[in-house]
Amino acid sequence: MHKRSNEPFVWLLFSAGGVVAALLIPIHLFLFGVAFPLGWLNAPSYDSVLALARGPIGRAYLFVLCMLPLFHWAHRFRYTLYDGLQIKHLDELVNTVCYGGAIVGTIIAGYLIWRIP
Amino acid sequence: MAEQIALEVTRFSPERDKAPTVQSFDVPLRKEWVVLDALNYVKDKVDGSLSFRWSCRMGVCGSCGMMVNGEPKLTCATFLTDYAPGPVRVEPLKNFPVMRDLIVEITDFLEKLSKVKPWLIREKEKAPSEGEYPQSPEQLETFRQYSMCINCLLCYAACPVYGLDPLFAGPAALALAQRYNLDSRDEGKSERLDILSQHDGIWGCTFVGDCTQVCPKHVDPAGAIQQYKLTATQEWVKSLLMPWGGK
Amino acid sequence: MATYTSYPPKGYRVRMSTYWWLGRWPYLKFILREISSVFVAWFVIETLLQINALIDGPEAWLEMQDFFSNPIVIALNVISLFFVVFHAITWFNLAPKAMAVRLGGRRVPGILIAGPQYVAWAIVSAAVAWLLLRG
Repeated sequence: MHKRSNEPFVWLLFSAGGVVAALLIPIHLFLFGVAFPLGWLNAPSYDSVLALARGPIGRAYLFVLCMLPLFHWAHRFRYTLYDGLQIKHLDELVNTVCYGGAIVGTIIAGYLIWRIP
Repeated sequence: MAEQIALEVTRFSPERDKAPTVQSFDVPLRKEWVVLDALNYVKDKVDGSLSFRWSCRMGVCGSCGMMVNGEPKLTCATFLTDYAPGPVRVEPLKNFPVMRDLIVEITDFLEKLSKVKPWLIREKEKAPSEGEYPQSPEQLETFRQYSMCINCLLCYAACPVYGLDPLFAGPAALALAQRYNLDSRDEGKSERLDILSQHDGIWGCTFVGDCTQVCPKHVDPAGAIQQYKLTATQEWVKSLLMPWGGK
Repeated sequence: MATYTSYPPKGYRVRMSTYWWLGRWPYLKFILREISSVFVAWFVIETLLQINALIDGPEAWLEMQDFFSNPIVIALNVISLFFVVFHAITWFNLAPKAMAVRLGGRRVPGILIAGPQYVAWAIVSAAVAWLLLRG
């Protein structure tokens, strides 16, 4: 009698992260990574970004934007390491690095967001 | 003088050889010939020791799967003229141990197939006198695609996960499990869930999707597996929220 | 190297090369899709840097903008943008495969499931851009 795997939990996080990454990251990366530094569009001032970020919705948005894509990365990168480097036998190490990394990133994100003035 | 095309065929005789070698044969390039015809020409006229599996020669038995120029193909459905001027490289199906020449050992797949219980599971069988199990065309449509599998194993040759981890159940076994899960006459969803929701069941699949691309019967095993991931996740959430729920 | 089979393996086996994914274009596309997750993680790191600058005040914010203006960082972000867009497109296109939606006994065509996601993508992106650009 096999015990059902708990993989669905991380798969749900991976899927949610994939949706957030697909919907939100392109525009953020385009604006902050390309358009604003190259001067194609006017970068928002410190005050206007702070006003957006400090409200409860802004903080929640930023938390989701950081946490879910991290878990998306963790799950996908774990399987890339299995398939790419063929290190499935090191799966405990891989899981720790991937999901552990995502957890650490989430904690850092939570702390930073909490400290937004 | 009719046109010819070179056929580069893997030869391997376990009694003689340490590793497979390649032997080249010139075969007639007839426009209606498939690779299987070329192989049979070699076996009839040139070298009777060439060993390969085939049967129906019309794409329904699933016996003649081999790698043709690096792609998994049914050799009875792959025309020689598509590869003119050649050469055509014919190798045994990838990801399976080679027994002899172009014949691979498929016991692993047969074991995995029986593990997923590809039959109708019912708590109580109806006696024939009680009548038939009615099934509407809509009910049939939900699983008909997955019933088209001819066990040709081209999907296993295409699946890199199966190549990397021989414990992985593989596309066809999982698609066939889904064929029975979705059948309205079946009551074995829960039993199969225990077997399939394992790391070497559906969760090994990373949705490369190549299995669906190479399937000659358009079964779409990748789709079946992803849909089953959703089902398994729904069941997992249900079991979390309602741990007292019976099977 | 350990073999994983549960029965004594007969026959000749070849170990899959570490570069198996270079052998065929579908495999390379798959690995590129998976590698996009690294650029997703890079974006999160960049976002954390921005939030950190937000905490430290307007000077730190200007320093952060200088960092983002560095040509190497811009180049990295352009590459990241390609990968993230590649992720989005492959994600939306694969969603219909994972869901067998049936209406009236027939399977809903994939475009009707992928399409709305693209629309949502456009709407959400426009909303974010509007919020950030209105000043």
